[in-house]
Amino acid sequence: MAAASTATSSLYSRRRRGDHIATGLAYAAAAFGLGWLILILGVLVYEGIGGLSLSVFTENTPPPGSAGGLLNAITGSIIMTVLAVLIGTPIGILAGTYMAEYGRHDKLAMIVRFINDILLSAPSVVVGLFIYEIMVAPMGHFSGYAGSVALAVIVIPVVVRTTEDMLRLVPDTLREAAASIGLPRSLMIMRIAYRAARAGIVTGILLAIARISGETAPLLFTALNNQFFSTNMNAPMPSLPVVIFQFALSPYEEWQKLAWTGALLITVTVLALSVLARSLTARK
Amino acid sequence: MSMASSQDVSAGTATVTHRGVEAKGLTPKVSLKNLEFFYGDSRALKGINLSLYANKTTAFIGPSGCGKSTLLRVLNRMYDLYPGQRATGEVMFDGENLLDAGVDINLLRARIGMVFQKPTPFPMTIYENIAFGIRLYDKLPRAEVDARVEHALRRAALWDEVKDKLASSGLGLSGGQQQRLCIARTVAVKPEVILFDEPCSALDPISTAKIEELIDELKQDYTIVIVTHNMQQAARVSDFTAFMYLGDLVEFDVTEKIFTNPSDRRTQAYITGRFG
Repeated sequence: MAAASTATSSLYSRRRRGDHIATGLAYAAAAFGLGWLILILGVLVYEGIGGLSLSVFTENTPPPGSAGGLLNAITGSIIMTVLAVLIGTPIGILAGTYMAEYGRHDKLAMIVRFINDILLSAPSVVVGLFIYEIMVAPMGHFSGYAGSVALAVIVIPVVVRTTEDMLRLVPDTLREAAASIGLPRSLMIMRIAYRAARAGIVTGILLAIARISGETAPLLFTALNNQFFSTNMNAPMPSLPVVIFQFALSPYEEWQKLAWTGALLITVTVLALSVLARSLTARK
Repeated sequence: MSMASSQDVSAGTATVTHRGVEAKGLTPKVSLKNLEFFYGDSRALKGINLSLYANKTTAFIGPSGCGKSTLLRVLNRMYDLYPGQRATGEVMFDGENLLDAGVDINLLRARIGMVFQKPTPFPMTIYENIAFGIRLYDKLPRAEVDARVEHALRRAALWDEVKDKLASSGLGLSGGQQQRLCIARTVAVKPEVILFDEPCSALDPISTAKIEELIDELKQDYTIVIVTHNMQQAARVSDFTAFMYLGDLVEFDVTEKIFTNPSDRRTQAYITGRFG
């Protein structure tokens, strides 16, 4: 009896020790990961906030050595992002709908899902080069259109994935209930399934926007840059990430300062989109 | 083959009847003839013959996996949603075999409604949950839709509880209210037959009593079919009871007879709780 209880207590204390160690390691890892994030955000705010002023939003990128703003870059980024989302979202939602609703038992859906997963993690520089080959080279010049299409290629797999996942979360009993009152499948999807999955699908689109708003590589080969204000989609177009890339590497102090400010702007935008996406999914 | 011995084929009528069922004066609304059902290669229903009578409630009982829910899902061809599931034989409904390829499944499902095990309100307002099905078939002025929504909710004994919050979400109702909302939604489409697939298994006793009361009232206008695991419920609400076992229809008779003096030993064993 006594022996048994000693054995038990030594086993127990060993497990407790193991538990403490594992818990401690988990906390340490979390703190390590979070620490870098806080450091990055801290430096960003510290370096970027000083440059924040109204002129950032009202003046264009300056020539070296003089003051200016980021108006042309912000405008270009917004235009290209909006067009990319307009191109990518319908394709993504339709493909996701096919996989979740119509092609659930098809081999084609499995193939599309596999390819989509690869596309989801494809390096964005590859996307940029691809669009360079099929759009920029034949057209003979860089353009905002090419930049939008490159960004759309990044939007599509994100939207496909979230749309499919969210539609799959809609219980089959709800589909059967819709069918039981004589609803054809197309109406069931549009009126019932989309409605039930709406928050999740919108979240996917927001995350896709967040993802492309910081992309530099696909724009370097497609939209290039433009130091002037331009809304001509058929010409090179400036964007925040490319301006940051160019200005941050420059020797001019004003440019470096603007790069920090631009980086802060993008980060705050992504943060806001993520918070919005979170709150959409949390609310039921 | 005791299954065959428990059934008689009476030559006088077109449908197959069963010993004890007085078919006189009853109109068969749906008649199953030699119905077989397959999930891929496995046969889940083995030659079912029986009639569901108009304005009567027919209960299907039997242990899990006996095929009673499968049979219910044949009646509105719900199985069509899934590949690899198929039915053979005949299910005559108003002179038409509803298993035929040419049948308009959506119209069929409007005529044969279904209430599910778990309440399944649509993610929209209480009003829209009902109006949605109404507008699907009729282009009606707003006032008329309103009237039909109210009528359906009254039929489902839910009106008094929701009349002041028609614009709030159907998902905010209690389980029992949601189930009655689903019944109202089904009724609103004006079906002829209503299928209940274990409608009370997720509900508390008070909600269950309300639903049972409702089924009893609905019988006046509709043909009711109910699948239930609860034998007391079958005894309370049904006029006819079918006992199924391993894909066979073991016995089909007047409910009272099934529960007091069943013809088949297996029925006797099941209702007295010896298996299942």
